[in-house]
Amino acid sequence: MKILYFAWLRDKAGMSEWQVSPPPGIATVGALIDWLAAQNPGQAEVFADRSVVRAAVNQDFAEADTPVGPGDEVAFFPPVTGG
Amino acid sequence: MIRVQREAFDVGREIAALTAGNTRIGGVASFVGLVRDLGGLRSMTLEHYPGMTERQLELIDAEAHRRWPLEASLIVHRYGRLEPGDPIVLTITASAHRQAAFDSCNFLMDWLKTEAPFWKREEGADGERWVDARADDDAARERWRETG
Repeated sequence: MKILYFAWLRDKAGMSEWQVSPPPGIATVGALIDWLAAQNPGQAEVFADRSVVRAAVNQDFAEADTPVGPGDEVAFFPPVTGG
Repeated sequence: MIRVQREAFDVGREIAALTAGNTRIGGVASFVGLVRDLGGLRSMTLEHYPGMTERQLELIDAEAHRRWPLEASLIVHRYGRLEPGDPIVLTITASAHRQAAFDSCNFLMDWLKTEAPFWKREEGADGERWVDARADDDAARERWRETG
């Protein structure tokens, strides 16, 4: 599974991309965030305030209950500010 | 049509290209967003999510065509480093009648403000900061919600 970070989430993560292999029980975006946040202090910091974290699975906007699985591209970013 | 690019755009040329050869078009509306400086801004850098950006802009454009009888439309959004006064975004809509063109052009901007994965970082005299999302952008998006 490929994890991507954008904007200040990338700054906090200290990287833009990460290949991970979460255990089979990690099947939703919400569970994935819990698992990532438990991996190291940097990841805990990225997800410290989940109200300002948005997610996309395979380039579509996702919610906490959106399914994720091996091979998916999961991105985390703050609310968008384009235009 | 949509385009994501680093380069500037020429509004007149884009309108001419979009409308060429289609005499059913009776009205064209366009909007250009510029880098605003309310004091101390040196530059602004727009980051985006390549792939998802194009995908979301295509969805927004298709939604405008579903809602209004459009003959043509174009969204151009820039990324990279921009300076105050530089154009950031262009939306053009063309229809037989002006109201569809005006309304859909407004719609495209309201939707892309909240649905297109771009993030702005401002560089000023006192350093750099990521721009916060605005609640009134969410409210602007909400007024286009279809009911029933």
